[in-house]
Amino acid sequence: MDRPEGDGDGVVTVATMEIIVAGLFLAFGGMVMFDSYRIGASWASDGPEAGYFPFYTGLIIVVASLVLLVQGVRQRAASRAAFVEAGQLRQVALVFVPALLYVAGIALAGIYVSSAVYITLFMVFIGHYRWLRSAAVGAGVGVFAFVLFERWFSIPLPKGFVERALGL
Amino acid sequence: MDELQSLLNGFAIALTLQNVLLMFLGIVLGVLIGVLPGLGGANGIAILLPLTFTMSPTSAIIMLSCIYWGALFGGAITSILFNIPGEPWSVATTFDGHPMARQGRAGEALTAAFTGSFIGAFFAVVMITFLAPLVAEFALRFGPPEYFAVYLLAFCSFVGMGKGSPWKTIAAMMLGFALAAVGMDTVTGQLRLTFGSTELMRGFDFLVAVIGLFGIGEILQTMEEGLEFKGRSAKIDARVVWQTWKQLPRFWATSIRAVLIGCWMGVTPGGATPASFMSYGVARQISKNGHNFGKGEMEGVVAPEVAAHAAGTSALLPMLALGIPGSPTAAVLLGGLLIWGLQPGPLLFVEQPDFVWGLIASMYLGNLVGLFVVLTTVPLFAAILRVPFSIIAPVIIVVCAIGAYTVNNAMLDVWLMMLFGVAGYVFKKLDYPMAPMVLALVLGDRAEDSFRQAMLMSQGSLTILWQNWLVGSITALALVMLAWPFVSPLLARLRGARAAQQA
Repeated sequence: MDRPEGDGDGVVTVATMEIIVAGLFLAFGGMVMFDSYRIGASWASDGPEAGYFPFYTGLIIVVASLVLLVQGVRQRAASRAAFVEAGQLRQVALVFVPALLYVAGIALAGIYVSSAVYITLFMVFIGHYRWLRSAAVGAGVGVFAFVLFERWFSIPLPKGFVERALGL
Repeated sequence: MDELQSLLNGFAIALTLQNVLLMFLGIVLGVLIGVLPGLGGANGIAILLPLTFTMSPTSAIIMLSCIYWGALFGGAITSILFNIPGEPWSVATTFDGHPMARQGRAGEALTAAFTGSFIGAFFAVVMITFLAPLVAEFALRFGPPEYFAVYLLAFCSFVGMGKGSPWKTIAAMMLGFALAAVGMDTVTGQLRLTFGSTELMRGFDFLVAVIGLFGIGEILQTMEEGLEFKGRSAKIDARVVWQTWKQLPRFWATSIRAVLIGCWMGVTPGGATPASFMSYGVARQISKNGHNFGKGEMEGVVAPEVAAHAAGTSALLPMLALGIPGSPTAAVLLGGLLIWGLQPGPLLFVEQPDFVWGLIASMYLGNLVGLFVVLTTVPLFAAILRVPFSIIAPVIIVVCAIGAYTVNNAMLDVWLMMLFGVAGYVFKKLDYPMAPMVLALVLGDRAEDSFRQAMLMSQGSLTILWQNWLVGSITALALVMLAWPFVSPLLARLRGARAAQQA
């Protein structure tokens, strides 16, 4: 994390990231407190109400995140260390964005076909493999997963139009 | 010697052909998981959990625990050959393991690591065999206040023994508790924190969180470093093994210290990772070869490996005896028990002796099988690491997605897995600890139930946590743990001031 010298410019500093994450914790803690208060966070005639335990959970989150927020602001003045560099962020996006598209594709084409397509495309465009080899690996994983889950373990996974067309 | 009799029964259960085959399968899968980036003990077992639903609980736990042993062994392979710790607890193994490999002594380093692992695990299992039944018997007397105090102690220990900011530990832990509260409240039937979503009524499944945090998060981080695996090759033959084994008895004192550190850190939720670092540090200070540590000293491989395995194994003691897991992986195994319809806790020893002793016997056998498998198959697993990351990464993401989906057959879980993946990446980089968060997510409901029951007993007075010496001392210890990171800097400053005065 503390690598001041890298292969690119820092996109965001560690301190800024600390502040953002602490802010998210603060918002989350507040939300937990609010909803717990709504359903009742005190003592009823028959014992603690449903929101009793989560309310204090939320309260502790709020207190901890406030401390972290202050620490983050102080750190911001002291240190300019980069949380992630441009080149690194590009690498991460290179994995994460296709993975998001893949998950979106599951709803459309079922898990087996989209897995095969995802692995194939990833290998071709990011790994720079030949189409034939990539398609072979992709299809291999897809078919293996199908046999493993649908046939051996009888665990049905999401299927799409291809499986329907094949009558599987 | 009731324990020995029960243990023999356990061996009879574990030694069926099917269970031995499952042991081999589990170890091989486990080593594979330990070697691959993005897959580790916790999320690997979480992904494979659905495959065991149709097995008997004893066979299932034997296979899953063997995956765990395999993952513990596997981490050492990547550390020594590639200088990449496959698991966090094998970071300390890289310090001396990789220099040894660069000197062409990879075979020795691996043999020392595997044998050390076996020794650490063996002593931890012996401890479990004799201590777990006693703890369970003792815990039968526990009521809700005692249970809540034990939960409190477990979670305060994370704050007290954590290395980073105590506030981050607290925030991450409470996030876990809050996520555990989402869904229908089992006592009142009210919906909590669902904000009108019917999908959230089911609540957050910790298996999904584990797969996202440890799986997707780690893939993202590995990708950032733009990893290219450049490793040393290793050959292990009978001669190397024999020569290394002849050297190992010299390290008996280091090993004993490592076993003690490991067992302590494993039973209390310190975990394998700090245990391995602590053992390495202590060995460097005490050993007369200490100045050579970091340059390829075999003792520096043995110390962290023995401790990591002793810790990883003894983390199962509180899981079995109290129903409180000592590590994320133990938490996933606990989740498995619940899914198979077993109630973890002290009654397990009374009601399901076949299951408990079958598992304990399989720990002995599984580690023996593991030692044999890793010593004979290292080149195979090293070859897997040479498969480029651009093939491994999408395949692992596919495996994680399938694993997350099968937990509840819900697409929402796959999206949540991606969200937890981003959280895991950011948390890792900012040093938010993930183990307490996962344990809070697993134990949240149970901790809350015991708290509510205790409060009902006392009509809402917290003094019930001090009502007798037992619960009082556990609570007091928990508060000491909680206060420790805030008090210790003050103490250090005080001592510093006094030293300055004297000087």
